[in-house]
Amino acid sequence: MKLIKNELEIEAEAVKLRTVISFIDEQLEAVGCPMKTQLQIELAVEEIFVNIASYAYAPGTGTVQIKTVISGEPPVAEITFIDHGVRYDPLSRDDPNVKLPPSERKIGGLGIFLTKKNMDNVSYEYRDGCNILVMRKLLINQ
Amino acid sequence: MEDLIIRRKQENNVLTVFAEGRIDNQNSPQFSEEVKPYLNDVNKLVFDLEKLIYISSAGLRVLLDVFKCMTENAVTDLVIRKPTEIVFEALEVTGIADLYNIEN
Repeated sequence: MKLIKNELEIEAEAVKLRTVISFIDEQLEAVGCPMKTQLQIELAVEEIFVNIASYAYAPGTGTVQIKTVISGEPPVAEITFIDHGVRYDPLSRDDPNVKLPPSERKIGGLGIFLTKKNMDNVSYEYRDGCNILVMRKLLINQ
Repeated sequence: MEDLIIRRKQENNVLTVFAEGRIDNQNSPQFSEEVKPYLNDVNKLVFDLEKLIYISSAGLRVLLDVFKCMTENAVTDLVIRKPTEIVFEALEVTGIADLYNIEN
């Protein structure tokens, strides 16, 4: 299929979440992505975006660049988040122990865990002062 | 984008919460506010999620939080009814499916 590339630069603020999700949805819908796969990608995008919005520039503000590429047959979506905030590798934290009683669980970590579970592949690197997080998923029902 | 509609039904100390649409970071406070103040004197709580198509970690944290409140009050009859496939997967991955009784 034809390569689809798009890019959005937006304030890293949680109130922009739905703008970000709409940006992602438009492209997934254009290639006929199955609904379940789309919801799984939305979930991963929300968790990463909200994470950046909450921590990258706190207490200040900044922007995040979101790049999407859809290519191949069957199509694969690749979504990249780039921010210039504080260096942080979300993949470095341990997965939460979801078998612990709730009273002993630590707050946080669920979002990244869900991201990893819902995408086929998630990677992180820090380059030229930027946090770069890339996630990929095959756009077929799995 | 669909938003969130919450309805509550209370009968004989059984509270049923119907959630329809999506629970995300933006409306999870609304979800919490429409549930937590109504838990007094409840001895069975049912979340009916048949029409909930999406839940992210923000909404899952509310379910964890409500579980904690209820068990602190010694209420253990906690049910999640008819979760959709993707919502069920999120409940399972995060261990919440082990805390509530899942009814399909």
